[in-house]
Amino acid sequence: MTALGLLQIALYVLVLVALAKPLGAFMARVYQGERTFLSPIFAPVERIIYKCSGVDARSETDWKRYAAAVLLVNFIGFLFVYLLQRFQHVLPLNPQGMAAVTPDSSFNTAVSFATNTNWQGYGGEATMSYLTQMLGLGAQNFLSAASGLAVLVALIRGLARRQAGQIGNFYVDFTRGTLYILLPLCVVLSILLMSQGVAQSFSANKTVELLDPVTTAEQVSQQTIPLGPAASQIAIKQLGTNGGGFFNVNSAHPLENPTPLSNFLELLAILLIPAALCYTFGRMVGDPRQGRAIMIAMLVIFVPLTFAVYLAEQSGNPRLDALQVDQAASATHSGGNMEGKEVRFGIAHSALWAAATTAASNGSVNSMHDSYTPLGGLVPMWLMQLGEVVFGGVGSGLYGMLMFAMLAVFIGGLMVGRTPEYLGKKIESYEIKMACLVILIPPVIVLVGTAIASVTPAAVASVANPGVHGFSEILYAFSSAGNNNGSAFAGLSANTPFYNFALGIAMWTSRFWLMIPVLALAGSLAAKQTTAVTAGTLPTHTPLFITMLVGVVLMVGALTFVPALALGPIVEHLMMIGQ
Amino acid sequence: MVTPYVTGSVVRRAIVESLRKLDPRVQVRNPVMFVVFIGSLFTTVIGIGALFGNFQSEGSPAFILSVAAWLWLTVLFANFAEAVAEGRGKAQAATLRSMRRRVHAKKLLNDKPGDYHTVEAGSLERGDLVLVEAGDVIPADGEIVQGVASVNESAVTGESAPVLREAGGDFSSVTGGTQVLSDRIVVRVTSKEGEGFLDRMIAMVEGAKRGRTPNEIALSILLAMMTLMFLLATATLAPFSQFAVDAAGEGSVVTLTILIALLVCLIPTTIGGLLSAIGIAGMDRMVRANVIATSGRAVEAAGDVDVLLLDKTGTITLGDRQAFAFLPAPGVTEQELADAAQLASLSDETPEGRSIVVLAKQKFQLRGRDLAGTIHRFHKFSAHTRMSGVDLEGRCLRKGAADAIRRFIQEQGGAWPGKISESVEKIARTGATPIVVADGRKVLGVLELRDIVKGGIRERFAELRQMGIKTIMVTGDNRLTAAAIAAEAGVDDFLAEATPEKKLELIRKNQAEGRLVAMCGDGTNDAPALAQADVAVVMNTGTQAAKEAGNMIDLDSNPTKLIEVVDVGKQMLVTRGALTTFSIANDISKYFAIIPAAFAATYPALDALNIMRLETPQSAMLSAVIFNALVIPMLVPLALRGVKTRATSAALLLRRNLSIYGLGGILAPFVGIKLIDLFLAALGAA
Repeated sequence: MTALGLLQIALYVLVLVALAKPLGAFMARVYQGERTFLSPIFAPVERIIYKCSGVDARSETDWKRYAAAVLLVNFIGFLFVYLLQRFQHVLPLNPQGMAAVTPDSSFNTAVSFATNTNWQGYGGEATMSYLTQMLGLGAQNFLSAASGLAVLVALIRGLARRQAGQIGNFYVDFTRGTLYILLPLCVVLSILLMSQGVAQSFSANKTVELLDPVTTAEQVSQQTIPLGPAASQIAIKQLGTNGGGFFNVNSAHPLENPTPLSNFLELLAILLIPAALCYTFGRMVGDPRQGRAIMIAMLVIFVPLTFAVYLAEQSGNPRLDALQVDQAASATHSGGNMEGKEVRFGIAHSALWAAATTAASNGSVNSMHDSYTPLGGLVPMWLMQLGEVVFGGVGSGLYGMLMFAMLAVFIGGLMVGRTPEYLGKKIESYEIKMACLVILIPPVIVLVGTAIASVTPAAVASVANPGVHGFSEILYAFSSAGNNNGSAFAGLSANTPFYNFALGIAMWTSRFWLMIPVLALAGSLAAKQTTAVTAGTLPTHTPLFITMLVGVVLMVGALTFVPALALGPIVEHLMMIGQ
Repeated sequence: MVTPYVTGSVVRRAIVESLRKLDPRVQVRNPVMFVVFIGSLFTTVIGIGALFGNFQSEGSPAFILSVAAWLWLTVLFANFAEAVAEGRGKAQAATLRSMRRRVHAKKLLNDKPGDYHTVEAGSLERGDLVLVEAGDVIPADGEIVQGVASVNESAVTGESAPVLREAGGDFSSVTGGTQVLSDRIVVRVTSKEGEGFLDRMIAMVEGAKRGRTPNEIALSILLAMMTLMFLLATATLAPFSQFAVDAAGEGSVVTLTILIALLVCLIPTTIGGLLSAIGIAGMDRMVRANVIATSGRAVEAAGDVDVLLLDKTGTITLGDRQAFAFLPAPGVTEQELADAAQLASLSDETPEGRSIVVLAKQKFQLRGRDLAGTIHRFHKFSAHTRMSGVDLEGRCLRKGAADAIRRFIQEQGGAWPGKISESVEKIARTGATPIVVADGRKVLGVLELRDIVKGGIRERFAELRQMGIKTIMVTGDNRLTAAAIAAEAGVDDFLAEATPEKKLELIRKNQAEGRLVAMCGDGTNDAPALAQADVAVVMNTGTQAAKEAGNMIDLDSNPTKLIEVVDVGKQMLVTRGALTTFSIANDISKYFAIIPAAFAATYPALDALNIMRLETPQSAMLSAVIFNALVIPMLVPLALRGVKTRATSAALLLRRNLSIYGLGGILAPFVGIKLIDLFLAALGAA
């Protein structure tokens, strides 16, 4: 690890924390229906939207109707994207004349974008028309993110309210999240990215003459430059923890992520909203210390794991040492394992991205995780397997983390001799049931999916590296889909009917089968009396509780996945270092 | 510390009982242990099959059968823990039952005590009137409607001194199964046979009706979910292993025996096996504190209490106020005052009145005089006059509250000396009660009645405060008096001039602010407040109405018991939390023992994870299973006794328990498994 690399990671964390607080406060105002500096612009728009759609902005609903609204909006979104892909060849804005997408791939992609996963079995520039990219995928990037935010806000209200029947109005939360938060942030980021040279155009691909023709098997003198409305989609894919790139290689593509500055901005955008939501949470429950504690817990997991990836990658491959390959970092050379990494980003920024994109359920990549060292690849995989709660998806990450907080409170609360309570709400069997569902469903999907795939010939056939690494590839794919991350280990040809359906089902289940128990929990918490805080109450903002929360997250993640990881990256690492 | 009730006979009976509990219908009630049960069955079948040459791929029959044997032991150990916990309760229930002899009741035909006919106690209906005479056993729970009697209640309280029960007032309820020693009473039956107090008590100590408490249910759900998670994590290892074997081209797919062993080691068997024992032991601790809870829910709620409402009298102070000093008015000697006060108190049978007579005697050797033969008229205390006294040979002696006496003498044109006001105020300020004594229109002086705060109570309250429990003293005294005693006793707050309505209001207010309130009471007028409180301990001497409103009955009728009740409630939760943490923390070491062992044949490189350097894959596996089984009986004493709760804040308590049961739980099995492995190697079993 180089001093410069460490400094870059430290700078990143500092800027992130600094920006999270004001944005968090702003989001709290938005969801509490207060006036913000954007109200003069968006309040009239908001009113028009409610008027046209017949939404009564003042009425709130109980959790069941809230959940029904979430499902309805997302199902319509899914259907829309599916049909858009199936009929893109007859629709406008298709200068490349892309054909209709196959049914299984369309299903997979529609689910993927409706669930904020953005797993991409397809290659964007070779499959999707501009209309599909913008109206389908781009729009879903907003909608799925706004849905995640809304569900989180409903849960926070459940914690904050006392003896209430309602947890909010989904349509209002959804609209405000899109209008006041996602849209403005996206505009700012798009402009910044365009300034760095990210493509934003409706013209067809350009073919240019190469200045310096190359000769491989044949003479190559021309290159096709893919274009399209990339900057705007990249901004939201990063901000909304979507991760679905405009181009196939995602943010490793020079037109998607051209410079170190664009890389830093995109990195920042990955964790910005999830980190800020911790502050929003603290504000909305009336105790900023609670939000800070959650934020610190996330950082305590995130930062060491980032260093772990960095260390693993910078150390390189010991087998290459034997071949006299120089893997040491120097002024002219980044050293370490550079396979699958862009030279313009180097090891530190690739490692940081790998950790950030899997900590958050973003899934965009600026390097190929499949080419990482076994331990360097293990960390991103494990970050997903933790349930995408270390920052996690916008909204979904924090609501997942709050489930872990309830579990930690339950065990910790017992140890202080009281019925456990979180923020004054007693955690009883109903809450435990719901929290357990949310925590358990993703590992179930990941393990069962991987198990089926590892003995299904059609699935095993997709594996490019048939050894231990092949197992890691399958495990990674299901970890990604089963936690709505969307990043790919690559090396696995996933655009097959088996993976398109299996991963599609995994994504759908782990998104909505978590949202429903979360909302049920919100309803049950809202109805409860808030108990008074005394010296006998387990404080949930102290270093001790943070330690306990981190411990519970890591224990659940480790106990569930250690056997599987042992047969994948761990044994691969042991085989690599042992001669 | 040896738990006093784990006697040889309890253990012997528990061993038999743990075999009986192998019934699948019993096992299925505990999901965690049911998984172990099924696993034991499977491995046994595989082991026996292997003996006869089947299941070649599963490994040697000796290994499989040793795993099976230890799995069965795991189940038996859990059964044993529960059986031991139930053991003492059963013994106690048997004693109680033997006391409930066949009883005949003298059922009254009308409300005249003369006309009755004898019936079986079982045939009594609610509302029947029965006559109970000296030597009779009271046939059912009821309320005395006529008469007074001394009753031997040792059957339920264990206290051999007889107690007085009389019609009307707060001491009118009697319990079925107790014996009248003298006099005769008429009792109105309030509960039918089988629903009485004794029946409830038997059910309680036996644990037969022990419904699981809400928190226990929540924890069971968590444990079941974890079991499910581990089931998946181990079951999916079979296909993963298949893939690995195909990939590596060597080794063999992990065997069912190993997967079952791994599963049993991972699922929280420690807490799963001890969970019900903890609950039963908690109830038992209540019973041994002589408190009968009507439900486990109440016991658990006791641990959550935020506010304790404590009656001043009897709980904070030693019973009643006592006469402490005579402060004569100017021109009156102390002895004159004492004499008048004694005369005025002769007919006053209250403890305060008696204490005045006693104090006068102690100070001036004034004997209580017999007024027979003199012309006298006693004035009983009434709420209207708020004075009492005697008219004796032209003297008109009165004692009472300052304002009442003041009105009394001013009505007669007497003067109220400023000195008296001073004395009254001075006494009231210290929390004592001033009683003014007057003779006709002349004020003789002031009597000081004082509450004596119990020794050690201040420290108890300080402990409670550290645990986050607020104490509120409830008293009928005025604010000034209440404040002084509150300060002396160190309570956090007080409710002065309390009425039943005020108490109820105070409870509701605290509950609305999200606090759980506990109180104790005995009188009928306490009933509404008792019903409203989350934890309501009723004195056994209390009225039937109060008993019905409360959710715990204190057989010793000791109001300080409330504090113990809170302790038991907390202890139960802490024990569960500690063992859950311990159980989960244990799993880390088991992965290090089993994963390298299970896949050694496929991926020899995984041996790097065998950090304990266990001898062979078989011995590693077996050591983990044996440790997992042995830890249950080793923790039985802890489960029965309960983890000590300290009077500290929640944060400190958590830190302490986390380091003992969390960190300890991670480290202990590394040592334990290694030792067992060494032992197995020495035996040559490896």
